[in-house]
Amino acid sequence: MKYTPHTPQDIQKALDVIGVPNVDALFDDLPVGIRNPVLELPAALDELGILEHMQSLADKNKVKGPNFLGGGMAKHFIPSAVNALTFQSAFVTAYTPYQPEVAQGELQALFEYQSMICQLTGLDVSNSSLYDGATAVAEAALLALRHTGRNKIVVSQGVHPEYRETLHTFLECVGAELLEVALEGTHTQNAVIASDIGAVIVQNPNFLGTLEDMQALSDAAHAAGALFIAVVDPLSLAVLKCPGEYGADIAVGDGQVIGNAPNFGGPAYGFITVTTALMRQLPGRIVGASKDVDGKRGFVLTLQAREQHIRRAKAKSNICSNHALMALQSAIYLSSVGPQGLREVAVAGVVRAGQLERALKNIGLERLTQGKFFNEFAVKLPIPADEVRSQLAARGIHGCVPVPAVYGLGHAGLFCATELTSEKDIETLVAALKDILENISGEN
Amino acid sequence: MTLTAEKPSTLTSQNSNFPLIFERSQAGRRGVIPPQAALEQNVDLVALLGAENLRSSAPALPEVSELDLVRHYTGLANRQFSVDANFYPLGSCTMKYNPKVHEVAAAWFTDLHPYQALETAQGALELLHSLGQSLATITGMDAVTLQPAAGAHGEFTGILMIRKYFEQKGQLEQRRIVICPDAAHGTNPATAAMAGFEVVEIPGNARGEVDFEALEAALSPHVAAIMLTNPNTLGIFETRILDISSKAKALDIQLYYDGANTNAIVGRARPGDMGFDVIHLNLHKTFTVPHGGGGPGTGPVGVKAHLEPFLPGPIVIKNLEGSALAYGLEHDRPLSIGRVRSFYGNFGNLVRAYAYIRSLGAEGLKDVSSMAVLNANYLRIKLSEQGFATAYPRINMHEFVATPPKGLKTLDFAKALLDYGVHPMTTYFPLVVSEAMMVEPTETESLETLDNYAQIMGEILRKAQANPAWLESAPYTTPVRRLDETLAAKKPVLTYQKMLATK
Repeated sequence: MKYTPHTPQDIQKALDVIGVPNVDALFDDLPVGIRNPVLELPAALDELGILEHMQSLADKNKVKGPNFLGGGMAKHFIPSAVNALTFQSAFVTAYTPYQPEVAQGELQALFEYQSMICQLTGLDVSNSSLYDGATAVAEAALLALRHTGRNKIVVSQGVHPEYRETLHTFLECVGAELLEVALEGTHTQNAVIASDIGAVIVQNPNFLGTLEDMQALSDAAHAAGALFIAVVDPLSLAVLKCPGEYGADIAVGDGQVIGNAPNFGGPAYGFITVTTALMRQLPGRIVGASKDVDGKRGFVLTLQAREQHIRRAKAKSNICSNHALMALQSAIYLSSVGPQGLREVAVAGVVRAGQLERALKNIGLERLTQGKFFNEFAVKLPIPADEVRSQLAARGIHGCVPVPAVYGLGHAGLFCATELTSEKDIETLVAALKDILENISGEN
Repeated sequence: MTLTAEKPSTLTSQNSNFPLIFERSQAGRRGVIPPQAALEQNVDLVALLGAENLRSSAPALPEVSELDLVRHYTGLANRQFSVDANFYPLGSCTMKYNPKVHEVAAAWFTDLHPYQALETAQGALELLHSLGQSLATITGMDAVTLQPAAGAHGEFTGILMIRKYFEQKGQLEQRRIVICPDAAHGTNPATAAMAGFEVVEIPGNARGEVDFEALEAALSPHVAAIMLTNPNTLGIFETRILDISSKAKALDIQLYYDGANTNAIVGRARPGDMGFDVIHLNLHKTFTVPHGGGGPGTGPVGVKAHLEPFLPGPIVIKNLEGSALAYGLEHDRPLSIGRVRSFYGNFGNLVRAYAYIRSLGAEGLKDVSSMAVLNANYLRIKLSEQGFATAYPRINMHEFVATPPKGLKTLDFAKALLDYGVHPMTTYFPLVVSEAMMVEPTETESLETLDNYAQIMGEILRKAQANPAWLESAPYTTPVRRLDETLAAKKPVLTYQKMLATK
């Protein structure tokens, strides 16, 4: 393939204008010894060749069949209009809206996104996206340290393990201390928070699917003068109490479940919303409303004095590129289904998850978690969860995200239901699991 | 009968605001009905979720029909410049054409779940493995992580690996400083600070390169890293790069390559051969991942062998020991800096970059940098013929910095360009050149497009010299005209709800 338009005549014309004898001469500033290395790369392909090659790679993956995978991402229904509107070339091939007069499309769409994510979380201010749920948690913790001037963060082990690992990476280098609170059973212990803690981070529903007592945890954090950071599933907020209602200062999470494809883990996007008091501590780009010289409404990037291109070493974060297109996709999704549709999506998952729980119990697979759950729960297994996952995969079913050993739950796997889960899917899964269980007891 | 043009009034008038999606909303109007919507009817949520867990009122999301939705977001797309519609010579941003075949191929991978059994994701892992190897080959590095989500995220990952390297050597207390040129991208100092280092900035010299003597004087055993972009943000290749890297090596200072400007050298030179220890690449610049209106980007990081143990996990391994699969994930990396995000990276973008590299091969990549540099220098001469001086008049690389005649403002030229359907260059960066116009045409533009741009710039200049007020009031034909940024920052209105409350 070739995407350069130059004819030999063009090249000669340009060289004449520049006043150099050949193209190589344009690179005379490069040290002689490092010029023109031999690159051992596969030969170039034409467009048909590329399509065939990419199709052959795609064919080595299996994505069809009932899907019960969760653990931070899940496959949901994405309406046709959402993909068609998101992937319009004007949105896909635009840069960051630094020239607002010709970027009102992007700016207004992101302003609307900010408004919607604030509605979902019940907080006042949102930026226009971060990379993912994990980095959103890390940015929230750094924000809390800046705001409180404290140097310690408490995180519940109910927070997604990969988010906690990321948090650890981000905090270690600035010398902040990360304290983990173990789960009591499958809930976060409501320990007394020391007065030198900058923030308490709790996920709801937690990684094991359990609904936490967010009000009590939020109150405990505030009693110590710490901020309360809620890590939330944005789809669940169609029905569950939102962070604003239990007094969270910051809400973060991954936006994949509201209108993004899982994409093997990315790109989706991270969201962060805060109270007005924390507005000027937010990392990343923010869109605000303004007026033009004729008095007409318009939108601009604003509060840029927080950002790296202005503040350099004193910026609130180094973030520059964000995940605007994925946030836009979510906004289009939320608009396409509306408040009632979002509720229907959330409730379908809840109902199916309840049916799934009972069906699994009937074949002896007990839920490990106590209390209420949203659309996902952990199940105790007689063999390692990754083996169950593989055996399900061999039967054309995707499910059973392994619960890491650090939770001390023995062999345990997560099962998630969504609006895509049918009764037949549940029957298929149950039959397969029954078969897998019988084979084990047969072996014993 | 004579026909006269009359502007339509009311709703279609140019003077009315384009409605927000919330302003199109009607209570009870439905758009898409999701699957199994009927499950929501007659459900007892209190029993299922507990009264204490339920929110008191529904979020006020828009209620629109599917056609309302389509009109709204089509209308917004029409109020947006893009590479597909407009020449977009933003310096340091590499706004090249994003091939359509990549979008087709990427759509075949969107349903993959990060936690599905690895035997059902072998094609994805093979792609990641091959891409990592290709990027190592292209940059001259020994190992690559594909995890970072953006350039700045890659910088953070790279600097943390350098930090870990010195921690392992017991020198963390001593190595406190990261050196950046004063013309560096803002992300460089911001990253160094975020990773807990002190930043020292080094000035440039009259030739547009980093001042070698000043740099040399700043080197000491207290320095952990030097972050360089090469070619630098002025579009000038740092000709003393081998001297810089040997000086750094002598003190075990790690040399970091900001890959934002890789489009100038891809296929023609490798940062690894220049002596860099760590690099990040912006796949959304050199490797055609679309910019998406600000992201998602993708910022893989390559390292030399001595830093490989510190790469974030997991890493895709071919024929992993103890695994029957062709491709597996290695999680057990005891010296790793740890995760920098969830899952494996912006996989969807990695698919696009992989397709690009397979499309072009080694010769095609060399053609990319060749034509990028040819175009930039051609346009540099054409613009100087129109009266825009080049800040550093020598052979530049893939971009150059120009300035308007004295007394005229770069901002005004940027605004005037909008009426001509051309996206402006990067303005006021780097900060070291006053009234900077940083121009990067990229290799996918034709000479005709460049000629047209130079002519437009010349026309704007002549009109401005005849009538300065005309220039200062541009643009005239855009959906909105100059916006009050001070008002936006002073009285922030960041949501529709706030907009209603302030009315």
